[in-house]
Parts: sequence; structure tokens; C-alpha cells
Amino acid sequence: MALLFELQDVGFEYDRIPALRGLSLQIAEGESVALLGANGSGKSTLLRILDALYFPSKGSTSFCGQRLTPELLNQDGFALSFRRRVALVFQNPDVQLFNPTVFDEVAFGPLQLQWPKEKVPSKVAETLELMGIAHLRDRPPYRLSGGEKKRVALASVIVLDPEVLLLDEPTSTLDPRSQGQIIDLIQEWKGSSKTVISATHQLEIVEDIASRIVVLEEGKVAATGTPAEILSNHELLLRANLVHAHRHSHGTLAHSHPHLHSHSKHEHEH
Amino acid sequence: MKRGGFLASTVVGFARALSRALMSEEIAHQPGLLQSLDPRVRVIGLFALVLAVTLSRKLAVVLALFLAAMMIALFSRVSIGILAKRVWLVVLAFTGVIALPAIFITPGNPVATFAGGSLRITAQGVATAVLLLARAETAVTFTTLLILCTPWAHALKALRFFRLPQEAIAMMAMTHRYIFLLIETAGQMLESRQSRTVGRLPAAEQRRMTARTAGVLLNKSIALSNDVYLAMQSRGFRGEVRILSDFRMRSWDYVGLLAFLCAGSIAVWIGR
Repeated sequence: MALLFELQDVGFEYDRIPALRGLSLQIAEGESVALLGANGSGKSTLLRILDALYFPSKGSTSFCGQRLTPELLNQDGFALSFRRRVALVFQNPDVQLFNPTVFDEVAFGPLQLQWPKEKVPSKVAETLELMGIAHLRDRPPYRLSGGEKKRVALASVIVLDPEVLLLDEPTSTLDPRSQGQIIDLIQEWKGSSKTVISATHQLEIVEDIASRIVVLEEGKVAATGTPAEILSNHELLLRANLVHAHRHSHGTLAHSHPHLHSHSKHEHEH
Repeated sequence: MKRGGFLASTVVGFARALSRALMSEEIAHQPGLLQSLDPRVRVIGLFALVLAVTLSRKLAVVLALFLAAMMIALFSRVSIGILAKRVWLVVLAFTGVIALPAIFITPGNPVATFAGGSLRITAQGVATAVLLLARAETAVTFTTLLILCTPWAHALKALRFFRLPQEAIAMMAMTHRYIFLLIETAGQMLESRQSRTVGRLPAAEQRRMTARTAGVLLNKSIALSNDVYLAMQSRGFRGEVRILSDFRMRSWDYVGLLAFLCAGSIAVWIGR
């Protein structure tokens, strides 16, 4: 598989507070990767760097061999081609919903990316159907429930049919049924030629959405491996703040052990 | 509810209702006089009338333009009640504060005296204050009609047609969303504060809390609107507004444009 993203010794700071510290990572075309980490581990920042919304203060990021820089993204030709190929779903759907109706919201991307106008309405309608939100088409996005907003945010990116999907906490704030539907969708993309990179701290979904896990800890890669390798490494999960020590007692005997749930196996160790 | 809390909730409630009305663009999608015109005609026409208002020196002309604004509102299905409550009262409060001193400081024929003659209201002062108020009310009414009756994306595209730079359009697009986020965040913070406040705080503590809240509100809404801009960029926005419908001038649009320009020119001529 051809190399898609290459990050070398990437550093990034918010007002002198480091978010990423010397992070190096390679992602190949068609891979499905889960960026696993606790809150503040740098997952969202990394996704924004991959989407060329942020640029590293140290190190470099390359996409298909081209170094991503603000100057390159200012070039109309490259920006258009990059935005057509790579799309990001933000963690907070509210920041992604700024149009007066759901239809306008989903049509925003295709119009900005200069699709033929006659193609836009049918593709938007098709995407609304696919996401089960066709009945919301004329509603203002801010009047929707949390789950509906998340679906509209996903629809606004899925409509673009990008080669690379960056998903920031794709199932957070969703009820179990909606979570299941989003996981099904990601699994479909996993089986296709798309590259799917999801940031999450939910251990129970990583096996379903990724074939490789990158564990982030304090802005660095702490480990990479298959879901089976990572999920069985309790010491790593504890250190990366992804599981907590569960204290309880059996009669008079009190003890503690890591506490984790797995969605697919519903493993619940005691 | 305490008086202060009631006032704050009422102000935030009004602001929320207005910003939601603007965001949902319900009025802009209704059939009506302004809505039937090409967005470019709306932008040029209503700006021409705003210019006429600011250049007119005669109260009668400004009042005639105000009447015209009310007629346009009626034919564009904009509720006069909404304009009165959410526009005219607010403008009256803000402009009134600026216009009030003019009643006393403008030299001229006194119509009333106070404090042993040291404070005088002059006829010229009253006329100046009324003209200032009438101009502000009329100009803001025309601008509000443009905003209420034109989807924001169409208004921005129309401005782009007049060669406004992409950067300015991007800033306006963000400002629109920023105001909405600011009001929404202010509403949520007020509700959260009310849910955690029992009894009445001392005045000094209230002032400190208000200052802290204002700072946090500003930071939160700036961070949110930065994220909104990133989300727009991520889906290809580069300052150029693109919408589904293409602007096309029909004969009705030319009639509308001519009517606006004639009304503006006549008002400037008579009111000079």
C-alpha cells in the first residue's frame, strides 16, 4: 500500500502549552486507524494537522509525498484537490453546522468544492436518505437533538465521498442505536478502498472501526499495534489513562484490577 | 425571579429569538416583495435608501422614508410587531441616550426652562434630536429588512458581485456565525449561573462576576468561532461564497432597481 501521510517529529503548541511533542507516524492508503488516547493526549490536534487546518510548529507532515505547508494550502489547485480527497468530522457537531437548513448544510461542501450544480441536489438527497435524516432536510441544524446533529455533521462530510475520512470521536454523545449505525458505516468504509482515521477514547469500539491502533500519550505515540495486541496490554492502557483500576471486594477479600469493556466481545473482567 | 435576573434573561431571550430568526432565514424564504427581487437589487436598493436617509436634512423626508420602510415590510411579510419590539425599541434606547443631550445643548429658542433657567430645552434642540432618532430608526429598519428578507449566503454573494474582497466576505460570514454563537453561549452561561445562584449577591461581587463572565464568554465564543471557520475551510471554503441558485436579472428586477434608485434620488433632492 502506498504511503499517504507521513509525520516526522511533529510538535504543536497552544499558547506555549505543548499538545504534540515529537510525534512520528506513517499511515498508508486504505488503512483504518484508530487514534486512541485519553482527553488531552493530542488526538484532535493530530486530526487537524492531518487535515492541514493546523501546521506543526516543529517537524513536518507530508501527504502523498508533498509536505503540507500554509503556502501550499494557499494554492487554489492544491487546496481544491486536497479538500476533495481529505475530509474531517469535528468532535463538536455545533462547530460544523452553520447553515440555515440541514439541506444547505450538506450541500455546502459540494458547492465549495465546485461540483457541477445540477449534481448537488440529488447527491445531497441521497446522502440524507443514507444517514436516515431525510425528514430533517428543511430543519435548522441548531434545533436538532445531539444525535441528529452528529448525523448531519457526518452527512455533510460523507456527501463529499472523500478518499480519506478523519473522524473525531465519531460515536461520542450518541445513543447506543445511533452508535451502532455509525460503526456499521465505518465498517463499510473499512472494507472499501477508503482510508479511515478515527480519534477515540472508547475502547469498546476500536476493534470494530480499525485494524491498527495508535495509542497517544501526552502528545506522543506510546504504542502501535493491532487491536488485539493493544487491548491485551493492560499496563499500557492503564498508563495511557484508558482504563481505570477497579476496586471491589469479594466477601472480606478486597482487590483491584483494570476495568475495560469491549463492544464486540462484551468482555467485562472481574 | 430577581429583577436583575429577569432583565438579563429577557435581554438574552430577545437576542436569542432574533438571532435564531436570522439563522433559520424563515422570513427570507417566504414569498414577498423584497424576496421576489434579485439579491443584488435588494442590496443596491436598500443601501441607496439608507444613503438617502443619512443625506436628508428634512424630518418630513426622513419620515416619508420611514413610512416607505413600513410599507416594504408589510409587503415582504415582515411583522411590524417584530420590528417594533426587536428593532425600534432597541434603537430608541441606544440612540435616545446620544440624542438626549442635543435637546439641551443646541442653541435656539427655548421652549421650556429648568433649574432656575440654567437648563433650557430649545426648539432647535428638539428638532435635532428627533431628526437623529428618525434617521437612525429608518436606516436600521432598511438594513434589518435586507437582512431578514435575504438569505445570508445570497447577501454575501451579492456583495461579492460588487467586487468586495474575498477576505471581507469571509470576515462577514464569520461575524454572522460569531454573533449567533456569542448569544447562544451567553444564554447557556446565564442559565448555568442562575441554576447555581441562591439569594442576592452583594453589588461588588455581582460586578466582579459580570466582568469574569464577560471575559470567559468572549474567549469561549472566539474559540468556538475559530473552530467553525476551520470546519468551513475543511469543506473547501476559501472566502468565495457558492450557492445553488444563479442570480439572473429579470424585467421585474429592473423595475425594482429603478423604483429604489428614483425614491432615493428624490428623497435626497427634496431633503437637501
